[in-house]
Amino acid sequence: MKMNIRLKIGIIILAIFTLGSLILPFFMEVDPSRQGTYPKNMPFSLEHPLGTNSLGQDIFWFLVIAVRNSLMLGVSVSCVTTFVAGSLGLIAGYVGGWLDRVITALMDTAIAIPAFPILIVLSTLVRGNTSFWLVGVILVFFGWPWSARSVRSMALSIREREFISMAKFSGSTTLEIVRREVFPYVYALLVVAFIDAILWVTTTEAALAVIGLSKVEIPTLGSIIFWALSYNALFIGEYIWVVAPVVTTVILFLGIFLTSTGYNQMYATRRGHDV
Amino acid sequence: MGLVRYIASRVGSYLVVLFVGLTVTFFLPRLLPSDPVEQYIYELQSQAGQTLSPDEMASLRETLSQIYGLEGSLFSQYLGYLERVVLHFDFGPSLSSFPTPVLEFIRRALPWTVGLLATSVLISWVIGNLVGLLAGFFHDSRGATVLEVLGVMLYPIPPYIVALVLIMLFAYIWPIFPLTTTIRPGPLTFEKIRTILYMSFLPALAIVMTRLGWNILSMKAVSFANKEEPYVTYARLKGTRPRTIMTGYVGRNSILPQITRLSLSLGAIFSGVVLIEILFSYPGLGLLMRVAAGTGDYNMMYGTIVITIFAVATAALAIDLLYPLFDPRIRYR
Repeated sequence: MKMNIRLKIGIIILAIFTLGSLILPFFMEVDPSRQGTYPKNMPFSLEHPLGTNSLGQDIFWFLVIAVRNSLMLGVSVSCVTTFVAGSLGLIAGYVGGWLDRVITALMDTAIAIPAFPILIVLSTLVRGNTSFWLVGVILVFFGWPWSARSVRSMALSIREREFISMAKFSGSTTLEIVRREVFPYVYALLVVAFIDAILWVTTTEAALAVIGLSKVEIPTLGSIIFWALSYNALFIGEYIWVVAPVVTTVILFLGIFLTSTGYNQMYATRRGHDV
Repeated sequence: MGLVRYIASRVGSYLVVLFVGLTVTFFLPRLLPSDPVEQYIYELQSQAGQTLSPDEMASLRETLSQIYGLEGSLFSQYLGYLERVVLHFDFGPSLSSFPTPVLEFIRRALPWTVGLLATSVLISWVIGNLVGLLAGFFHDSRGATVLEVLGVMLYPIPPYIVALVLIMLFAYIWPIFPLTTTIRPGPLTFEKIRTILYMSFLPALAIVMTRLGWNILSMKAVSFANKEEPYVTYARLKGTRPRTIMTGYVGRNSILPQITRLSLSLGAIFSGVVLIEILFSYPGLGLLMRVAAGTGDYNMMYGTIVITIFAVATAALAIDLLYPLFDPRIRYR
């Protein structure tokens, strides 16, 4: 199995970000989210590689923690959404019947209605007692439909194959068939869905944070921009405060996306479709 | 016969989406561990700096429950909500600018959002599909690789980053565009149209850029797959001009799934537009939502969301109903 160029670049970027954000915090001297630790608005220096911001925080270390928190939220929420998407998609596609109709209706709705406005309302309602993880729970509601949809159509087509009838006649139960015969086909799809969900979760949380509707006290890729904007970083010429998270976000997201499409491509090649 | 069945199934799923969407919007906030009435009273108390007497508290609570439509059992609340919303589009008065009805604000904001969204999504769709078609059709040339890399680079960048970068570049570093959108009310003159176009340029550019990568990549994948089909080989052997093969054969067939995908992704597109409107202070539905969220104006929030669901679902239905025009097979099946 040969890794293609996209997957290679993607995995390298992700490895740097994951290892960096997991290991670097051990060398941290102070909590980077504490305000007023250092003098304000300092330029680059050896001590502060990206300078400090108007809140007296070190931008570099704040960013390290932000990447870690965003990735942690992304990975944990994606685990749940991928599990939900996989099970609902398999049930709808393989079991069918009225269950399929109910799940499809939910799926179509969750795809058709814009998630972000509803997230705005929900996070306003829990304002004050928002915890970072509650934002994650809310994200689960809207994270599953796209991948559930593709799992369902995959399961639908597999249901008609001969080896399924074979398994049925040999006396396997539905659960066994789904687990042993259908799941292996859906597996690659779920890996891609998982990676894509990380991208979606981090983006959406960051988007909520940028407009101040997530838990902005916790450093994430979005909340750093929220603070920069509310202290008019662009107006007072503190460009690095905005540019640093923007560049980090772009590189990280590019890495996630390259991994997802790269894996997809590799899997498609292995199945014999040369795309 | 095929056409009738197609339309019936589309309209059917449209109604299902509306029903489930409105129901979820009603119940989801009520599942959360938070009570808007209690929260409002709490905020009022901390602002006033003194405590209300128990009697005043009770009457305040009652009035607020009435305004929020939280009286009676959950089921009767739900029925009342459906009746008001579906039959009358009545969302009550705005709570922060009492007593102007919410619908009035929405009526003012809606044209901005629709205009901005329709124009920029269409532009991005057309450009993205053209680029994607070229990249898919000439997939082994160097230019196609460049175009695909462009798509890969653009795709994962979230809307708020695009908006921020544009603001930074064209409103701060090279200030040729305004920071926020300010348009005075008044008759629609030629001058005013020019101002509107000028003010809308950056937000529109942001939307175009956020959707471009996706359009390029999916069109590239579809047209690349279609190019390998036997009917294309046949056309080539028959001596059809490559240009005709690209537009009339590969392009024509590849555009069909792209239309379906456009209708499916309208919800996601709208989510991005909300954010872009907020960051550019563009006077549309998105900004209205943000302001409502900031002031705790629940009627306004519900109103904007319900209208959003209606608008997005209806637009998707419209695209689906136009689909048979592009795909004659549905008409004759």
